[in-house]
Amino acid sequence: MAVLEAKDVSMYFGELAALKEINLSVEQGEILGLIGPNGAGKTTFFNCATGFLTCTRGDIFFKGQNITRVPGHRVCHIGICRTFQIVQSFSEMTVLENVMMGAFCRHPNTSNSMHSAQDILDFTGLADKRDQIAGSLTLADQKRIELARTIATEPDLILLDEVMAGLNPAETEEAIELIKKIHQKGLTIIVVEHVMEVIMNISHRIAVFDSGELIVEGPPEKIVRDERVIQAYLGEEYHA
Amino acid sequence: MQNDKNFYIIFSIILIFMAVAPLVIQNTHFQHLLIMLLLFATLSQAWNLIGGYAGQVSFGHAVFFGIGSYAAMAPLTHWGLTPWVGMLIGGVVAIIVALIIGVPVFRLKGHYFAISTFAVAEVVRELFTNWEWVDGPIGLDAPVLEQGFYNLMFYKNKLPYLYIVLVFFFIMMLLTFRMERTRMGYYFRAIKQRPEAAQAMGVHISKYKQYALMMSAFFTAICGALYGLYILHIEPATVLSLDISIKIVLITALGGTGALWGPLLGSIILIPLQEYSRIWLGGTGKGIDLILLGALIVLICIYEPRGIVGLLKRFNFQKGKN
Repeated sequence: MAVLEAKDVSMYFGELAALKEINLSVEQGEILGLIGPNGAGKTTFFNCATGFLTCTRGDIFFKGQNITRVPGHRVCHIGICRTFQIVQSFSEMTVLENVMMGAFCRHPNTSNSMHSAQDILDFTGLADKRDQIAGSLTLADQKRIELARTIATEPDLILLDEVMAGLNPAETEEAIELIKKIHQKGLTIIVVEHVMEVIMNISHRIAVFDSGELIVEGPPEKIVRDERVIQAYLGEEYHA
Repeated sequence: MQNDKNFYIIFSIILIFMAVAPLVIQNTHFQHLLIMLLLFATLSQAWNLIGGYAGQVSFGHAVFFGIGSYAAMAPLTHWGLTPWVGMLIGGVVAIIVALIIGVPVFRLKGHYFAISTFAVAEVVRELFTNWEWVDGPIGLDAPVLEQGFYNLMFYKNKLPYLYIVLVFFFIMMLLTFRMERTRMGYYFRAIKQRPEAAQAMGVHISKYKQYALMMSAFFTAICGALYGLYILHIEPATVLSLDISIKIVLITALGGTGALWGPLLGSIILIPLQEYSRIWLGGTGKGIDLILLGALIVLICIYEPRGIVGLLKRFNFQKGKN
């Protein structure tokens, strides 16, 4: 069964169509990559799916339940959690407290939340930094914190918005490892990413957005050979 | 936890000092100073819940303060109702006003809350100035009643007031300390730092802002009631004034916003400074105390925006390195 299913989703900001009749679904345990040029509607799609925006038309289903109009703070409790394109760690809190913020979603009690967060820190390799202030850490670590607190909410589906942007090759490698590890736990993942090597490597399936439209979707091997994708996004250079 | 133990030790020492010092130093002015200091520390801690922890700055806390003092004083003056009940009524009314402000305003992002608190404070002051039942601009004088706990009136000596305020200070500090360690405390700080990320973590932002404001309003009203009963005279120009609103903000900003010890530290510096600068530099109305205060705030803003708590932390950090 589809974990997330968008049916004819359109989002208008005034006259501007940010999303035009998007039909897209993600299966249980799948990693779906979203690519497309800037302004194609990838982040808007995330915002609609996580209740940050309510789409103008169409419906979004999560495990068969219509979540189109579910407010942002409820979405996390249902089992969807996201990261942000521009890093949004709680910069004045420690690493542990950041992850506890996620864990509070399922464990309202502080000490339970702390235990759960500690497990996540071990899992994500942040344990030795647990008492450092998040704002003092490197970008790579802050992105890792975001991932950690996202999975601390114990979601079924996570939406990762460019978690590898701005990382160096070694850090990117580590981030990929972590995402694969998270996937092995049984989570379904949607990834927005501009680094083609990454997205081709980890995605089972890729959907390409351009100017608010879903122009093509399919397995990575098919995407790199698609004429429309090459024109809209990849450029001739990438043409194999 | 080491941190918790330290708090209980320091807090106990302060409480014992506050309780014993006025017995040793039998100076009325010193006792008055302590009462005002504790009252404003409690009041600023109440403001700190919404303004410091949850990061929603209010410039109109005089509304809750004034409501509290009128709710205790007016029924006492007219019907002889015990001020303890009046105090509770004030707290409840303050919560209702907090809802009236919060429900529409907390849906918005940005500075609308600060602006609206300012506006509501002005409106309420005008209302009370024109309300005959509470003698409009003249205000209310506490009636002369039998002294004692029931009427919360003590004529011979200030000590009972001091201990009553001390109890409320104790409750407020302990509550804030406990709150810091609950999910709600974390949520407040998260909302202040990154509202969008907090929402993604499942935090109902407007609801938690509302909780913070309601708690803050309730305790501010109680402080207002205590103030009225201690001073024995209230009027819109004092208890509902912008001065009170600003003073609460300044004390907390000076001490450290969103910090447990901020309000107390701010009061320890600001209240004596204000009292003595008035004595030494001439009477009220000239505003020299406020000029000093302003200068202090400017210095704090430039050198340590986290307030005195920030200064102490910096000092501790350097000590740790050596």
